[in-house]
Amino acid sequence: MNEPNKLSNAFMAALGVQDPTEIEKAEYGVTAGWDSLAHMQLISEIESAFDVMLDTDEVISMSSYQRAKEILKAHGKDA
Amino acid sequence: MAKTLSLQGKIALVTGSTRGIGWASARALAEAGATVVLNGTHGADLLEQRVKTLEAEFGVECASFLGSVSEYATVKKCYAEIFSRFKRLDILVNNAGILADALLGMITVEMIDSVLKTNLAGSIYHLQEASRLMGRNKSGSIINISSIIGRVGNEGQAVYGAAKAGVIGLTLSAAKELAPKNIRVNAIAPGFIETDMVKALPKAKYNERLSSIKMGRVGQPEEIADAVLFFASDLSNYVTGQVLGVDGGMLI
Repeated sequence: MNEPNKLSNAFMAALGVQDPTEIEKAEYGVTAGWDSLAHMQLISEIESAFDVMLDTDEVISMSSYQRAKEILKAHGKDA
Repeated sequence: MAKTLSLQGKIALVTGSTRGIGWASARALAEAGATVVLNGTHGADLLEQRVKTLEAEFGVECASFLGSVSEYATVKKCYAEIFSRFKRLDILVNNAGILADALLGMITVEMIDSVLKTNLAGSIYHLQEASRLMGRNKSGSIINISSIIGRVGNEGQAVYGAAKAGVIGLTLSAAKELAPKNIRVNAIAPGFIETDMVKALPKAKYNERLSSIKMGRVGQPEEIADAVLFFASDLSNYVTGQVLGVDGGMLI
C-alpha cells in the first residue's frame, strides 16, 4: 500500500467517510462525523498506519487532511 | 487456568519507583513476569541499580527513565522512548508523589504549584500519553495511586488532599472515556503505609494516625503492590472506574 492510501484509509476508517474524494476536503468540526471522539480514533489509526507517535500539539492541530500530511511530513513520512 | 496474575509479555511503567509503594509495585509486576520501566528523580545510578536488581531477581528485562512527572516535556520524552524501544505499553502505575503539609494560613503559592504539579498534573500527563499508546492495542490498565486523604481529608493537608481527590476525579472521568477502548482505569487509596513519607511524621502524629486503624497496624508498601497487581492483571478484566481503599479499615 502506498503512503497516500494509508492516510486516506485512516481517515475513512475513523470518520466513516466512504468517498475518497471527500477525504481531501475533510476538516475537523465541519466534516460530518469528525468530532472529538472520531478525532482520537483518527489519531490512533494514523499512528498505527505510519508507526509514529504524535505530540499532543500535533494531535490538537491536525484539523484537516492537508494538515495531517504536513504533520506526517515532519515525522519523515511522505503521505 | 484461564486467568492468572501472570504478566508475561506485558510492558509496565511505574512512576516514582525507586522506593516505597512504587518500588514495591515494580517488584510485584516484575515478579509476575512484566517488563518494568522504572522512573524516578533520584539519579541515574539508583535507577540503574534498581533495574539490575529486578533483572537478577526475577529474570525479566527492565528499563529506566530518569525525570520528573511534573515536567510535561520530560513525560513526552519518556513515552517516545517507550514507543521506540517496546512499541507498546500495557500497564501504567501513576505513583510518583510528594508530601507537603501546612495549615491553611501557611500554604505558599510555591507549595500549591509543586504539590499539584507532581501529584495531579503529573498523573494527567502520564495518563494522557499512556492511553494513546494503549489505544493502539485496544487494551491496557492504568492504576492511579490516590490516598485516603483524598477521600476524607486531613487537617494540614488541604493541598495534598486536593491533589489526591483530583486523582480520583481523573480516574472516574478517564475510566468512562477509555472503557470503549478496553483500557481500564482504577485508583488505589492507601491508608497509613510505612513509607519514607510517613516515617518523617512527628511521633505524636504517627501515633494518632495509628490509633485510627481498625486492624491496629501500619500497612506495608507490598500490601499496596498486591492491589496494583490485581488491577494490572486479567483478574480485574471487568473492573474499571473503581477506588480501592487499602487502609486496614481506617474508613469503616
